Amino acid sequence: MAAFGTVPGRPLQGRGGSPGFRFTVYALLSVVAMYLDQRQHYIDQVRYVLQAAAYPIQLAVNSPPAAWAWLRETFATRQALEAENRRLRASERELQLRSMRYEALERENGELRGLATAVPPVADRWLPAEIVSIQLSSLRQRLLVDRGALNGVFKGQAVLDEHGLIGQTTHVGPWSAEVILITDPEHAVPVRVERTGLRTIAVGAADTTSLALPYLPANADVQRGDLLVTSGLGGVFPEGYPVARVTEVHRDAVQPLAQVRAAPLARVDTDSEVMLVWFRPDHPAAPATPTAATPGGGSLGQLRQGNVAMQPQAAKPRPTTSAAEPSAPAAGSDAPARPASSGNSPPAAPPETAGPSDTSAANASPSDAPASGTPAPKGQP
Amino acid sequence: MSVDSRGRMLLAALVALVLTVLPLPAWLDPFRPAFLVLTVLFWSVYAPRTGGVAFGFFAGLALDVFQGPILGEHALALSLVSYLAVREHQRIRSKPAFQQALIVLPALVVYEFVLFAIDGWSGHPVTSPLRWVHTVTGALVWPPAAAILAYGAGRA
Repeated sequence: MAAFGTVPGRPLQGRGGSPGFRFTVYALLSVVAMYLDQRQHYIDQVRYVLQAAAYPIQLAVNSPPAAWAWLRETFATRQALEAENRRLRASERELQLRSMRYEALERENGELRGLATAVPPVADRWLPAEIVSIQLSSLRQRLLVDRGALNGVFKGQAVLDEHGLIGQTTHVGPWSAEVILITDPEHAVPVRVERTGLRTIAVGAADTTSLALPYLPANADVQRGDLLVTSGLGGVFPEGYPVARVTEVHRDAVQPLAQVRAAPLARVDTDSEVMLVWFRPDHPAAPATPTAATPGGGSLGQLRQGNVAMQPQAAKPRPTTSAAEPSAPAAGSDAPARPASSGNSPPAAPPETAGPSDTSAANASPSDAPASGTPAPKGQP
Repeated sequence: MSVDSRGRMLLAALVALVLTVLPLPAWLDPFRPAFLVLTVLFWSVYAPRTGGVAFGFFAGLALDVFQGPILGEHALALSLVSYLAVREHQRIRSKPAFQQALIVLPALVVYEFVLFAIDGWSGHPVTSPLRWVHTVTGALVWPPAAAILAYGAGRA
């Protein structure tokens, strides 16, 4: 075979050093870039420029479907348009009637809560954005929308459609923004079960159409059909927006945690437009700590915060009960819980970090229990 | 080496990039071969002076912009793969296409492993076994892909 691109007489390492040297240089460059991107967020500016450079290619890739949609719209028949018009008019009338009632309810709610005036809605401003491309693989679920920093879009902004929560922006370019969906395996959204007020975290499952609720104990009050709304924790999403509906609750006798699945309400696959939302920062329903969310940035920061928010709830109550009231019935009711919670190391961070504090409580109670626990059986009968 | 062959290389890379980011149905997506990695491998093996580590690095940077959680991840993986390919280019080049495919498979596994490791270290772990599927499909499409790339490079 002819050595294509190489002249046989000349050595390979003519210009720019040997391949090994070049590889070392480029590997170092990559590592530095990764370090800066991960730890320091210094190269957000570089990302911004690269995102802008990538946008034409993304637009071009999406142009055939976009052209097809445009053609179909252009040659839509008069009848179809009239039918659509009629349908929209009917739905607008219905929505207006509903929002009339909603305003009255909101005023009433404000009065009941003792507020002098009704609180304005938490959403301050809406910006519709067109979906440029959708990436819906099981490993990565992202949208690209045609609004960017020049429209005021920022990193970590909530994205909704008319049915529910879609996700949040991760990378923002001048004219475009990447949105991570709530079903992406890297994403976690703090939610509340609307029926019971139970708070937990919904993470993206490995398939495109469901969310998993991995941190609910087996005895948690969750049913099929429960509505999950955002809980307002985590600093990205405001409180009370619909997220998903529980589709599947599976309780296994040997598992300490329930396996709960939920289907997101937003219909990403049929949407062509999404809504970017700005919230009033001083509103009671606004995201809990907007300042805490920005340094972590994006999904990762939110994931960490969400886990931290879960941990105290899982770990705190036990030491206080064993220390404050070391009576025999309390220790007895505590005992069956202990092997269950120390045996659940497989299911990820919160239970695992709850483990050490749990064992320390378990170590403390044997010394406590004989001292103050022995009088209790005498005193009780 | 010449402006002409460099232009062909960049064109091939652009086409591969478009194929990589082209939307596919969700069930088909894990099977999509890493076209840009195959392109980098081809040019590293057949034209190590034109392609090579620098080409791998910048192609990887482009992938990072389109689908990387952090900047530099694909760049590192692709520079490593192209370095290995350049070092062994004479041995790989002399093999028939299907034996080359057997070499491409471990190269793709190395590539995916680097991504996997960096994903884990940087806190974006995706542990689904589906992420490894493309290494097999990539090796399977190597013979026709190499033929097409060779035609595009103007040496068929």
